[in-house]
Amino acid sequence: MTKVLTDARSIRIKGRSFLAVVLSPDLPVDEWLTRLDDLASRSAGFFLGRPVVLDVTDLEINRTQLMELIGELSNRNVSIMGIEGARPSILGPGMPPALKGGRPVSDEAVAKEPIIELRNSDVKPAAPEARAVLQSLVIREPVRSGQSVIFPEGDVTVIGSVASGAEIIAGGSVHIYGALRGRAMAGSIGNTAARIFCRKLEAELVAIDGIYKMAEDMAPGLRGQPVQCWLEGEAIMAETLI
Amino acid sequence: MGKVIVVTSGKGGVGKTTSTAALGAALAQRNERVVVVDFDVGLRNLDLVMGAERRVVYDLINVIQGEAKLSQALIRDKRLETLFLLPASQTRDKNNLTAEGVERVITELKRVFDWVICDSPAGIESGATHAMRHADVAVVVTNPEVSSVRDSDRIIGLLDAKTVKAERGERMEKHLLLTRYDASRAERGDMLKVDDVLEILSIPLLGIIPESMDVLRASNLGSPVTLADARSAPAMAYFDAARRLAGEALPITIPGEKRGIFDKIFGRKAA
Ligand SMILES: Nc1ncnc2c1ncn2[C@@H]1O[C@H](COP(=O)(O)OP(=O)(O)O)[C@@H](O)[C@H]1O
Ligand SMILES: [Mg+2]
Repeated sequence: MTKVLTDARSIRIKGRSFLAVVLSPDLPVDEWLTRLDDLASRSAGFFLGRPVVLDVTDLEINRTQLMELIGELSNRNVSIMGIEGARPSILGPGMPPALKGGRPVSDEAVAKEPIIELRNSDVKPAAPEARAVLQSLVIREPVRSGQSVIFPEGDVTVIGSVASGAEIIAGGSVHIYGALRGRAMAGSIGNTAARIFCRKLEAELVAIDGIYKMAEDMAPGLRGQPVQCWLEGEAIMAETLI
Repeated sequence: MGKVIVVTSGKGGVGKTTSTAALGAALAQRNERVVVVDFDVGLRNLDLVMGAERRVVYDLINVIQGEAKLSQALIRDKRLETLFLLPASQTRDKNNLTAEGVERVITELKRVFDWVICDSPAGIESGATHAMRHADVAVVVTNPEVSSVRDSDRIIGLLDAKTVKAERGERMEKHLLLTRYDASRAERGDMLKVDDVLEILSIPLLGIIPESMDVLRASNLGSPVTLADARSAPAMAYFDAARRLAGEALPITIPGEKRGIFDKIFGRKAA
């Protein structure tokens, strides 16, 4: 049984290579903010303490509107570390720096270094070139509430459960031999083929390539079941595993 | 060398202090030398539950700051001569707990006592991490409700990361003590089931302590429940938990479960 888990206009959250969360607003901004509030209210703390990049590529707004948008976001305690895809004319002093692909535009030397390292401490940082080879991280115990496993290099396999309030962020697929009660984000650096598998779906959030779905948007028939999730276009699909 | 146990939970009010006192008194009744240590600096409680509040002269902070010797701060229980209390300070700031100071005190206590039981403050801040730092064994106190279970899960993560054992790459022994278990609420389905809690936390069960007025009555008398009323249901559950801590394998019974079966046999609805 296949169910579509996402509506057409979900908010796209992307963990870029360095796992800054990227927010890409669309117009009208009011409506987008409403959906953001909805997401934030259902995933308390999701943006807290996370680097957030505002991607305004192709967004028809002027400098005043951009200032307003940044103000609205800061009212929501979302602090923007940089702005991506903005025409220079709409940027100005007092605004976050312009970024390109999660890197400051002006300084090419910096571009070779990760901006933010948010890795699982056990994992040795791999050189960016090595990322072409998919790697695997195997965790042999439950992932506890408050723990974050971040592995942009490839797949994450957990032999155990992922607790409510814990999260797995993988560049590749996420395999959980246990219950998924927290968050799983697969394909976080842009991989539409990544999937999420778990023995028991009780997730707070699943996301693939930036398309996310919250618990209450998931079909009730899938709860508690062994499930796999994948992406078809802009929709997260899910079905029970036999 | 004695064993260091931390009684911890993340969440407050779940029964850490009650359990520290009850387990301490239960082990001491086996003639083992026990010290219960209050790490809840600023909100000390263990002295009240042990009935020693008027006998506190020096405390843990005094010892750490070198203002008193350990032997001066230890209070011997009036009822059990192998049971001691190292009280917390009610007035001093908890920032006076230093890593070196705590290590020195715990090392000294381990030399003298069979069991060093550390009562952790709530939260995941420095007080709680100081209390767990040198533990050999953790007793994770949890109530059968979601917020307590989640906080315990968080604490288990810290036990596996922030303790000396974990840093040495050794495994911290962790046990679940399910407290304030209310059989009638469990029957009505108002509480998480034992199996669900175990499945979520996936650590072995040390015991299930029923919710009982006997616990309150004992604390009001200034006595661990295993001393005040050894025949009461919570005391018996704590005695069993203490035996399991000491390495005995005992079957665990879920409080009220027998009545559940009885009710079904006679076709009565549970009230
Ligand atoms: N099994 C129990 N039955 C009834 N009351 C209990 C039980 N265990 C603890 N309590 C009560 O709950 C309150 C909090 O217990 P305490 O041991 O101080 O928790 P903590 O140290 O975790 O904050 C106290 O009033 C205590 O008497
Ligand atoms: Mg307490």
